[in-house]
Amino acid sequence: MPHVKVNKFNLYFGNDHILKDIDVSIPDKQITVIIGPSGCGKTTLLKSFNRLIDLQDNVKTDGRILIDGEDVFSRNADLCSIRKKMGLLLQKPYPLPMSIYDNVAYGPRIHGLKKGGDLDGLVEHYLKEASLWDEVKGRLHAPAGNLSLGQQQRLCLARGLAVEPEIILADEPTSALDPLSTARIEKTFIKLKKSYTIIAVTHILRQAKRIADYVIFMYYGRVIEHGPASKVLENPEKDVTKEYVNGVIS
Amino acid sequence: MPLPSFIPFKGLSAGKFKNISARTLFLIAALFINFILLSIIIWLTVKSAPVWVEKSIPGLLLSQVWFPARGGFGMFSFIIGTVLSTLLAVILAAPPAILSAIYLHEYASKKIMTAGRTLIDLLAGIPSVVFGLWGIITVVPLVRNHIAPAFGINTTGYCLLSCGLVLSIMIVPVIMLMVIEVLDGIPNELRESSLALGATRWQTVKHVVMRMAYPGILSAVALGISRAIGETMAVLMVAGNVPAVPSSVFEPVYPLPALIANNYGEMLSIPLYDSALMFSALVLLAMVLVFNIGLHIFKKTARYGGQTS
Repeated sequence: MPHVKVNKFNLYFGNDHILKDIDVSIPDKQITVIIGPSGCGKTTLLKSFNRLIDLQDNVKTDGRILIDGEDVFSRNADLCSIRKKMGLLLQKPYPLPMSIYDNVAYGPRIHGLKKGGDLDGLVEHYLKEASLWDEVKGRLHAPAGNLSLGQQQRLCLARGLAVEPEIILADEPTSALDPLSTARIEKTFIKLKKSYTIIAVTHILRQAKRIADYVIFMYYGRVIEHGPASKVLENPEKDVTKEYVNGVIS
Repeated sequence: MPLPSFIPFKGLSAGKFKNISARTLFLIAALFINFILLSIIIWLTVKSAPVWVEKSIPGLLLSQVWFPARGGFGMFSFIIGTVLSTLLAVILAAPPAILSAIYLHEYASKKIMTAGRTLIDLLAGIPSVVFGLWGIITVVPLVRNHIAPAFGINTTGYCLLSCGLVLSIMIVPVIMLMVIEVLDGIPNELRESSLALGATRWQTVKHVVMRMAYPGILSAVALGISRAIGETMAVLMVAGNVPAVPSSVFEPVYPLPALIANNYGEMLSIPLYDSALMFSALVLLAMVLVFNIGLHIFKKTARYGGQTS
């Protein structure tokens, strides 16, 4: 059974019907890329997984999003533990206003891990997982804001990994980065998919081609087509998908 | 558009000319503000010279003897009155103002937030004389009939506590509005980042929002203090206006602004009296300036680690 399963999911902002009858399963331990023109609901879907969408006003939903079989929109869902299962990368890196070390330690600390030797070990471990350790090991207690944007984004990744999620959600994680930093993030993703289910939103088709195992194409709030990357990107069934993949619409 | 030939910038295009004149205009405006501050300081210093030349500045600041008819112009009790009433007001106002601003911005729904903000805007716009009247008809009796008796104390109600209470109500909206502005300036993505890690609202507010907002909240409190130091009308109406150092919050105080407002224009036949009032205005101005400059230096030297650039 997949970690993430979306079941006839609808989402409204007030009277606007944003997500329409989304029905899709996301394969484990692969990189799933959600593509589609801007405004098609990609980010909204992504933020529904960990219910950050709650921060918006007037959100109504029906249908279900199941994470490990648990409906995240059910009334007695425990938001903190749901969110803890999912690391999140945003369009721009937002390091917390503290040191590099404290950024990574933030999650473990709020979830009750006490200060001590094992925290140092954790920080080192996750900075290595996010391919950042070698660049920051000499200045762990420097403010995180001093890092370059690319490094900040990997720090945000390490910070997310440190709460031991099963899933990584990434919302156009490289759109603020230069090509080199982008390549680093993509390489890190490919390395991480052995242990994590990765769901990334992007509007860069070439990026989708580089990293995706599975592709979901969305258009005006609906999932038009989903399937293995090779099939959706090279050989789409639906005309809209074809047009999008060939750059006719964007 | 070609430039008329009488303008002495023949070589300049209209665009460049406009650019230069706009810059000059802004510069003049900026200089003008500084010029006003400077001229007030100079003017007060000169006008108060007779009294501080004759009595010496430390003598005026540290003496408690206020007896103008016999040449006693000690300011100490007025300065203490100002400091205490301001301090009391801030201690009473800052915690609820900051907490309710955080509630409105971080917890409440948009509807409540909008309603709350409108209400605070209204509160901030109430003229201080109205606050003063309200102080006389509600706060003073409250202190006289209920609060003081609870401590077994007799008071007229016109005292430091009433003064602090009225001032605190006046500065709550000032502090709140500014704290809300500060919270508005913190990117939502930071909150999302923290929440996405499984942090609760409270953990997010405490570790992320407050850390980012700290310098701004300090400024908000400072703005409240500046407002309270100089507030005149409301204070004059409830403070009791007795020039003595109070020994409890139930005794009257006489803040500097009330002194000036009560006396300027009267009894000026007494030698040095108007000069002494000028001096008290200078002291008040100096207190506000020193406070603001000190805060500025403190904020510059204090480090707020890891802020996003």
